[in-house]
Parts: sequence; structure tokens; C-alpha cells
Amino acid sequence: MKVKMLSRNPDNYVRETKLDLQRVPRNYDPTLHPFEVPREYMRALNATKLERVFAKPFLASLDGHRDGVNCLAKHPKSLATVLSGACDGEVRIWNLTKRKCIRALQAHEGFVRGICTRFCGTSFFTVGDDKTVKQWKMDGPGFGEEEEPLHTILGKTVYTGIDHHWKEAVFATCGQQVDIWDEQRTNPICSMTWGFDSISSVKFNPIETFLLGSCASDRNIVLYDMRQATPLKKVILDMRTNTICWNPMEAFIFTAANEDYNLYTFDMRALDTPVMVHMDHVSAVLDVDYSPTGKEFVSASFDKSIRIFPVDKGRSREVYHTKRMQHVICVKWTSDSKYIMCGSDEMNIRLWKANASEKLGVLTSREKAAKDYNQKLKEKFQHHPHIKRIARHRHLPKSIYSQIQEQRIMREARRRKEVNRLKHSKPGSVPIVSEKKKHIVAVVK
Amino acid sequence: MSALRAEESLLALRQQEELEDLPKEYPLSTSEDEGDSDGERKHQKLLEAISSLDGKNRRKLAERSEASLKVSEFNVSSEGSREKLVLSDLLEPGKTSSSLATVKKQLNRVKSKKTVELPLNKEEVERIHREVAFNKTSQALSKWDPIVLKNRQAEQLVFPLKKEQSAFAPIEHVLSGWKARTPMEQEIFNLLHKNKQPVTDPLLTPVEKASLRAMSLEEAKMRRAELQRARALQSYYEARARREKKIKSKKYHKVLKKGKAKKALKEFEKLQKVSPSAALEELEKIEKARMMERMSLKHQNSGKWAKSKAIMAKYDLEARQALQEQLARNKELTQKLQAASESEEEEEGAEDEDEMLVPDAVNEVRMNADGPNPWMLRNGPGEAEQVDIQKDPEQPPEPVAHEASESEGEENPVAEEEMLLKELEERRSLRKKPGLNQDAKPVGRRETKDSSSQEVLSELRALSQKLNKENHRSTKQKVSSARTVLPVQREEAADEEEEPMLLQRPERARTLDELEELGREGCFQDKERPRPAVNGQWLERKPNNQPGAPKEKPKKEQMIDLQNLLSTKSPSVKSLAVPTTVEEWEDEEEKDQRQMIKEAFAGDDVIRDFLKEKREAVEASKPKDVDLTLPGWGEWGGVGLMPSAKKRRRFLIKIPEGPPRKDKNLPNVIINEKRNIHAAAHQVRVLPYPFTHHQQFERTIQTPIGSTWNTQRAFQKLTTPKVVTKPGHIIKPIKAEDVGYRSSSRSDLSVVQRNPKRLSIRHKKQLKKNSVD
Repeated sequence: MKVKMLSRNPDNYVRETKLDLQRVPRNYDPTLHPFEVPREYMRALNATKLERVFAKPFLASLDGHRDGVNCLAKHPKSLATVLSGACDGEVRIWNLTKRKCIRALQAHEGFVRGICTRFCGTSFFTVGDDKTVKQWKMDGPGFGEEEEPLHTILGKTVYTGIDHHWKEAVFATCGQQVDIWDEQRTNPICSMTWGFDSISSVKFNPIETFLLGSCASDRNIVLYDMRQATPLKKVILDMRTNTICWNPMEAFIFTAANEDYNLYTFDMRALDTPVMVHMDHVSAVLDVDYSPTGKEFVSASFDKSIRIFPVDKGRSREVYHTKRMQHVICVKWTSDSKYIMCGSDEMNIRLWKANASEKLGVLTSREKAAKDYNQKLKEKFQHHPHIKRIARHRHLPKSIYSQIQEQRIMREARRRKEVNRLKHSKPGSVPIVSEKKKHIVAVVK
Repeated sequence: MSALRAEESLLALRQQEELEDLPKEYPLSTSEDEGDSDGERKHQKLLEAISSLDGKNRRKLAERSEASLKVSEFNVSSEGSREKLVLSDLLEPGKTSSSLATVKKQLNRVKSKKTVELPLNKEEVERIHREVAFNKTSQALSKWDPIVLKNRQAEQLVFPLKKEQSAFAPIEHVLSGWKARTPMEQEIFNLLHKNKQPVTDPLLTPVEKASLRAMSLEEAKMRRAELQRARALQSYYEARARREKKIKSKKYHKVLKKGKAKKALKEFEKLQKVSPSAALEELEKIEKARMMERMSLKHQNSGKWAKSKAIMAKYDLEARQALQEQLARNKELTQKLQAASESEEEEEGAEDEDEMLVPDAVNEVRMNADGPNPWMLRNGPGEAEQVDIQKDPEQPPEPVAHEASESEGEENPVAEEEMLLKELEERRSLRKKPGLNQDAKPVGRRETKDSSSQEVLSELRALSQKLNKENHRSTKQKVSSARTVLPVQREEAADEEEEPMLLQRPERARTLDELEELGREGCFQDKERPRPAVNGQWLERKPNNQPGAPKEKPKKEQMIDLQNLLSTKSPSVKSLAVPTTVEEWEDEEEKDQRQMIKEAFAGDDVIRDFLKEKREAVEASKPKDVDLTLPGWGEWGGVGLMPSAKKRRRFLIKIPEGPPRKDKNLPNVIINEKRNIHAAAHQVRVLPYPFTHHQQFERTIQTPIGSTWNTQRAFQKLTTPKVVTKPGHIIKPIKAEDVGYRSSSRSDLSVVQRNPKRLSIRHKKQLKKNSVD
């Protein structure tokens, strides 16, 4: 007869060192763990609810400006440093960790129209209504020294925007035309124009650095090639584009913030159809900035809110607003992709979390695992009605809420009319235009 | 004048200047009319005119070389007082000079040619430039397509993309830049330097280097040859061992083993003579080997071979024997060497006394009887039965008690045993000497038996005397005695050909010991019994009998029982292992239980209830016809009056049958096809976007991702986040160098600066325009 005995081998349960994890034997027999779908569903539901409970995105408000904040700039080397220019010509440099202004300087008379940092982070450029371009040192003046710009360039026209090249000592300004400047010269090395209206913003492509995009008040977006010193293509939209932003991970993708409440993501090689139309704002979109991961972007709007859009989604995933925040003029996503800053009319710069319910600080490995698991569960069950409802729910200010309702009615009416027209006309006489193409007026070669 | 004319013509020509080269023969043609009186002057004029053509100020004032009073306001200077302007000169007709004919011809030729097209419109040109530039740029950008696609589809993206590689500097570099500071470090370095331990690259000490150099060629060769030889030898031995291992012949192995054993024995004997201590060690080794053997299951009857033999044993005498041998060996091996307990010591004391009483002959006889069967040395397998049998009322077991002592003695330290064995062997050889001449085996046996029987008789007599003395002994000692009875029977057993048969009939052997013939008859009777059954019998009873030896009556009954059993049941090895009675009992129990359950649930018929329920469910789910008849409408109505059949038929709306029920062919199932509203609130109504089929979606939902259902590794893999960022790290835009591309331009600026002229012109224009605006 064979006798089976219980045998215990200490190798199986004794740790080698006390720092090792205890081995926990588990039986994964599925019959021992029934109801996996309902259990996971409940977990997902709880995770979604908790996410909403912990969604507290607002971190800080930086006040100090004496007029509306008109422009913001990130420091390329330091995460804690932010620069802002106000409508009274003042530029302030902030420390985000201390949440304090570390330097303030009167840069211009009138608005500071644009501000940008040099790629090395040692100096920054401002343009203002006083038709000047000024270069400033990032560090403040020494004791007894006067606050003075390193260089000042007097232009003939007002400059409305500025952006610095990502690798070289070149910057571009816009106004009547797009000028490209060498930092060492007082004359632009190249200036490009196409059309006669004033250009409101110019942006260098961060990947293919010779590319520029600009948007003018005659409703168009123009792309330039700096090497060939020529514009490339122009697309005319329904309404004016306020600013554009290039995707930092995809060289040919940029997003335009439009006056018609929408944002348009374009592939610059095919401008006749935007890749995606992002709708949700209820007023003009004033600024847009990409997350450094290139997966999402944030937009600031005249409707006193900022929204976060996934690049491949037409609707926003998040909306931030506070009672005191007025029209948001500028917005930036920090370089570690964790925070968002926005400057608004009422003289404040606000700091938000990019992920509303994210826990800040160091996470233990168990916390991290739980977070990942919850995230995956939420993703898995995101289409289930209960979970969807909870995840989508946002409190909105009354003005925005009613605007949304109103616009929904308007859109519905328009759609109905279109459908009716299509129905009651000769087949083929009324073309069906997709939502994407609807807003593109023309592409000019 | 002619010069002037020439100039005019030249001017006309000049318009074509860029298109056609000026004819070379032109100056030659003018030099034709040099023969004129004023030819020289004219010529000079012409030269001047020509020279002035490419100059900037074409109408140069005539040079005045001397003072003159009259200066013509028409730029006609009266040069040289000697020359007079004659009227005829002025009146000369503007006739075509033959010298201009060629020019005219050329002019005609030019006129006949087509004009070059106008240059393109400026806007158009710019447009073309833009298009070309755009195409170029979009081509340059499309190199990013695969990377973008990869990043979009990536399971996980870790930012920042560029990892800071921790470069490992080679140790030499580290050491060169490092100096010993603390005294301990200095000491270590000193030591190292003293030994000339190399710190830098070829890590060989000078000694090693020297040794490398020292070995001469011959030495190296010799060494190599030696090594080769050793290797060859080794491989040869290996091959041989392998070959030998592969030999399947049992005979060969048996012979081999025997030879080895013999050798070992010889050596042992030698050793014993030479050095007893070494012999002891050897003995220990042997003992250890025995222990090892004991631990293994080699000699039990559970092996494949044993099983097959057990089947064969019924018919094959040899197989039977082999099996027995095997069992005996097992017994021998598994015998536990007991540590002497108190009682045993007591016994031993008694036995010692006994031994004194026991005549040597007993031992002798036994040894003799054992003959070639080595397993007979120990308590045989038949022991238990013999015990039972011994418990005959006529034959008390006591007589053999002393022998028990002997058998116990055997179990005592091995050295002793060995010594004893030796003695016995010697004696056996002495005894066998007479029997050696006998040719046939049975005959020899009989003879031996004859001789031995007499001895046995005498022995028994002595024993019976002793018996009377020891009758008073307690039953507890009977246990041991029972065990030790065996040798006595063995004596007889040796006589018979089939030893187990002996086991069956000890009583007879006992009682009829004196009458040999009778014993023979008995043995014949026994022979008729099936052999394996007997085998099985003792196997089965062994556990029961050893402790229960003292009780005599039940034992007897049991014996009878067993025989009955054996005669009825077909003997098989398997059935021996698991008593069949147990199975039967289990069957009965099951039956009982079933019966009980039946009784407990006698009232309810579950199956019928279920069927009824199902029928009801089916009925309920069927669509019902709608009856719209109104009794009393158009005819008399009232109690007991039914609407006419025609009317009823007319107003009955039949509803078509729905699709067949899902449980139509499942007799044991009721499937509820109604939609559950409470569940529906939690269900997805439309197939979500990326999925193309509902099964896809269901599968993703049904695979759990939690650690409750997955191993740790799988759980981690399933829950990896799509985007991972490091807190506090700046994420820079992707770079061409990061993904293995050459960056598109060495310098964006260099190209711009190469054609600054054009830009500056353009800029100027732009500025002008701006100022106008």
C-alpha cells in the first residue's frame, strides 16, 4: 500500500532574507472564485465613484498681476518656473513650488503680446504693443543694477506674437508679417507674408524645427518653411483661428483654437480635412497647449473654463472652472505633464492637476498597483451605462450649462433643416457635407 | 551725319542686344568708307559713338581740344578750322549705304523670329515655389509616419522617451582617476603594489607572465601528450562502462553479481584474519547496504515482475518458487533489528537457560533442513499460519519457546549472527558430506529427511519434557514463542517439496511426526489445494494473527473461514491487497443510504413538479389570441347565452406563433426569455466603437483582470498603464535622433543665410508696401 504523507519543505515557505516578500500560496482555480464579471463590475463602479469623489483638481491661484494675464511661458529647464505677461506690460516670473512671484518687471508699455523662453533657459523674449522686441535675462539684476533688457529691437509695426526656435538662436515674430530673426541682428533675416491681415500667433514646430505655423485674422492658418523662406500652404476656415499648437510627439499634427467654439486638429499634409473636430466649448477658444506626451491637449476659452481633450476624441474628458475665473486667455501644460496653468482676465494664474483625482506625491507600490487596476477596470467597463453616467458627470456653472442646452437646440434645428432640405430636394442636388469638412472654406496652395 | 545715322541704327539694334550677339563684322563694314575726304573724322566719330554705346553717358559733349569761339549749341562742333561745313554735305540724301545692307538683313532675320514669352506673373511664380516647397516638406515629414503609428498603437509609452544611460566606465579609468586617501586604502594599495598586482588592463601578474614564458616547447608537448592519453583512456573506460550497462542478459548480470559477492566475501574473510577492526568496518558497510536494500521496495510482490509471476504461479512451479524466494528475501530484508527491550532481556535470560537445555542437534537439524534455501534461515513467511495451527489443543506451543530464543538471537547484533552463520555453515557442510554422493534430488531429500526425522524425534522428546516445565509461562510470552515455532516446522517443511503446504498442516506434522507415511499422505492431500490461495491466505492473515496468538478457538474458526473463502473466491493478487469483504460492505452501505434518502423524500416528486412548472412557463410565454367579441352586440345576450360561433370566429384575432423557445430541446432546463429590466439598467445597449462584433466585446468583459483570478505576473501585465510619466522629469519633444533618424537639417538657419540677398530685396519691398499702407 502506498502511503501519502504530508510533507513540508521549508524551501517552499521560508524567506531567504527578511526583506523578501512573504510567499502567499494562492489557488487560482476558477471554481473557487466565481462571479468574476459581476465582482469586477462592482469594483469598477466603486472605482469610478471614488474617482469622482476625489476629483479636486484646483491646486493654487497665483495672484500679483495688476491686469489680465495675456501670455504664459514655460521654462525649458526648470519645472517650477513660469513666466507670465500681463495687459499692463508687466512680466512676472513665478516659482510654482513656493507659489510665489520671484521677479516682476515692467517690460512694455501697453500689452505684453507675447512671451517666449530661449531653449537654454537663460533668457526670454517679450513683444509688446510698443512695437518692440525685448530680450531679458532669466536671472534678476544684481544689487544696485537696473532692470534692463539685454537687447531691444524697435520695429515698425506692432508685434502680436513671438516664438523661439527649439534648437538655434533664432526667433520668429508675427504682426503684419512673419519675421524670422537672428538673435544677434536687429533686422529680420527673413520675413514672409501671404495676405494682408495681421497675424495673431506664430509657432515653431518642436520636432521639424524649420516649420512654422501661423494664424491670421483673415480666418486662415498659414504654414511656412524657414529653410526655403516661403509659405507652404494656407487653409481658410469659417472663422478666425486664435492660436495653434503643434503636437510634440507627432511632427505633422497641430491643433487650432477657433473662434467658432471648436478646435481643429490637422495633419499638415492634408489640410482640406481636419483629423478631428473637438467640440465642447460654448464660446471662442482662445488658447491651446499640448501635453508633452502628445496624447491630450488643454484649451482655454472665453466661456470661463478650460477643457482637456484627448487628441483622438471629439469631446472633452474634463472641464475645469471656478467661480472667480473669468475669460481664460492663456493656458499651458507643464513639461512633466502633471499640471496645467491658466491665466485669465481677472489677473490670476491658476494651477490645476491634469488628472483631477490623481494623488500627488510618492505612491507605494501597492497604491500604484491599485491605481493601475482601478484605471483598467474603469476602462474595461466604461461603456456600461451606470459607470458611464457617473464618469461623465460634471458640475457646470449655470451659464455654461444653459449655453450647452441652447447650442444643442440650435444644432439640432440646423441638422433638422439640413435633413429636411435633403429630403425635399432632387437627389444629388444638395450635397452631404461631413462635420469635418463643413468648417473648411478653402485650401490655398 | 552718317555717324549719327549709324548710331541710330545701332540704337535700334541695341534692343535686340540681349537676344543676339552683336555681329562682329559691323566695325569692319564701317571702315569701308575711309577713303572719303572727311573719312577720317567720320571714322573717329563713329568710334566715339560706338564707345559711347556701352558707356553710361551716351551723349557726351564733344571734346574740345582747343579754344574756339563758336560753339554750336547743337553739339555740332566745327572742329578744325581747315574743315568747312559744305551745304552739299547737308543736302546729301539719306540714301541707304550699301554698308548697312547686312545689318538690315540681320534685322529682318530677327524680326522673322518669334518673340520670347512674357515671364510668369509674380503670384504664379510664388505659387509654384510654394507648391514645390510644400511637397518637399510633406515628403520629409512622412518619415515620421511609422513612428507616430507605433507610438499610437503602443501598449505602453514611458516618458521621458530618452533614457539616461548609466554608462559603466572601465575599471582602469575609474582607478586612474582615483587616489587612495584613507590610511586603510593606502595600505591596501601598498600591498597590491608589493605583489605587483596589475591594476590596469591585461590582468596578469608579472609572475604569471613569467610562467607563461617559462614553459619550453618540449615540456608543453609532453604535457599535451599525457593529457591526450589520459583523455583517450577515460573515453575508453566510459565506452566500456556504457556497453556493459547496456547488456540485457540476466544471466550475465547474475553471474557478475555472484562473482562480485564471492570476491567480497573472500576479501572479507581475509580481512577478518588480518585485521578484525577493518573487518568490522567492512561489516558495517555490508549492513548499510542491507539497510539500503531494506528501504527500497525492490523485493516486494508489488513489482511488475512479481505480479506477472503471481499470475503464472498457479501453473508454473518455477514461478512459484521464484516468487517465494523473492518474498523470503523481502522478509529477510525488512526484518527490523529490534533494540533489546526489558522483557526481551528477561526472555533472553530465560532463553539462555533454555539454550543450555537445548541440544545442539536441534540446530543442526534445522540447518540441515534449510539446505539450499537461504530464506529458511529466518522466520519464514508461513510463520503466522503455523502459529495458528500450533494452537491445537493437543499440541501446546511451549516446546518451541527455546527456539524462539534462538531466532531472537539471530536478530541480535549482526556480528554475532554472522559468527553463528559461519558455525552453522561449517556444520552443514559436515552433515552434507554423506549426502553429496546422492544423485537425484528427491531421493537425497528423502534420505536426509529420514536421518533428520530421527533426530527430530529425539529432539521433540526433549522438548516435550521441557514443555511440561514451562507450561506455567504466561500467555504474553506466547507471542514470541508463536513466532519462533516456525523453525520446528521448517524442519519438516524441508522434507516436503512444497513448503507452503507444510504450513497448512503443522498439526498433522506435529501429531504424526513419528508416522512419516501418514505425513506424506497429508501432504498429498494438501497438494490438491490451490496454491496461490494459500499464499494469499498467509499474506492476509499475517497482521491479524501475530498479536492474537494466544486465543485458540477463534483462530481455528478463522482458519476454516478462510479456507471457505478461498475455495469460493477466485484467488487473485489484487483481491488480496484489498479485502473483498470491504467492498461488499460498501455496496451495502450505499444501498442503505439510497434507501434512506428515498424514504426521507418519499412525498415529493421533484421531476413531475419541474415538468409541470415548465409546461406552465411555456404556456405563459405563448402569445395569446385576442378575442374581441362583444356578447349581446347585434344579438340577444344574457346569462347562459353565448355569442354565436361565427361571430366568435370573426372577432378572434390570431396572433402568429413566436420563434421556438430556446429550451425546447432541453428537457431539464427552463430558460426565461423575458428581458430583465433590473439587469438591463446595467447592460450595454449598443456595441461600443472599437469593437466590430458583440462577441469580441463580451470576451473582453468576461476575461477578469484582477489579481483574484490572475497570477501576479499576469495581473501586472494586464494592468500596465498606457502612459507612464516620471514625476519631476521634463518630457522633451520627440527628436529625430531619439528614434534613429538623422535630423533633417544640420542647421535650419544656414539655408536661410545662404540667400540673404533675395530676402533682403523682398524685405525692402515689403517694408515699402507697409509704409504705403
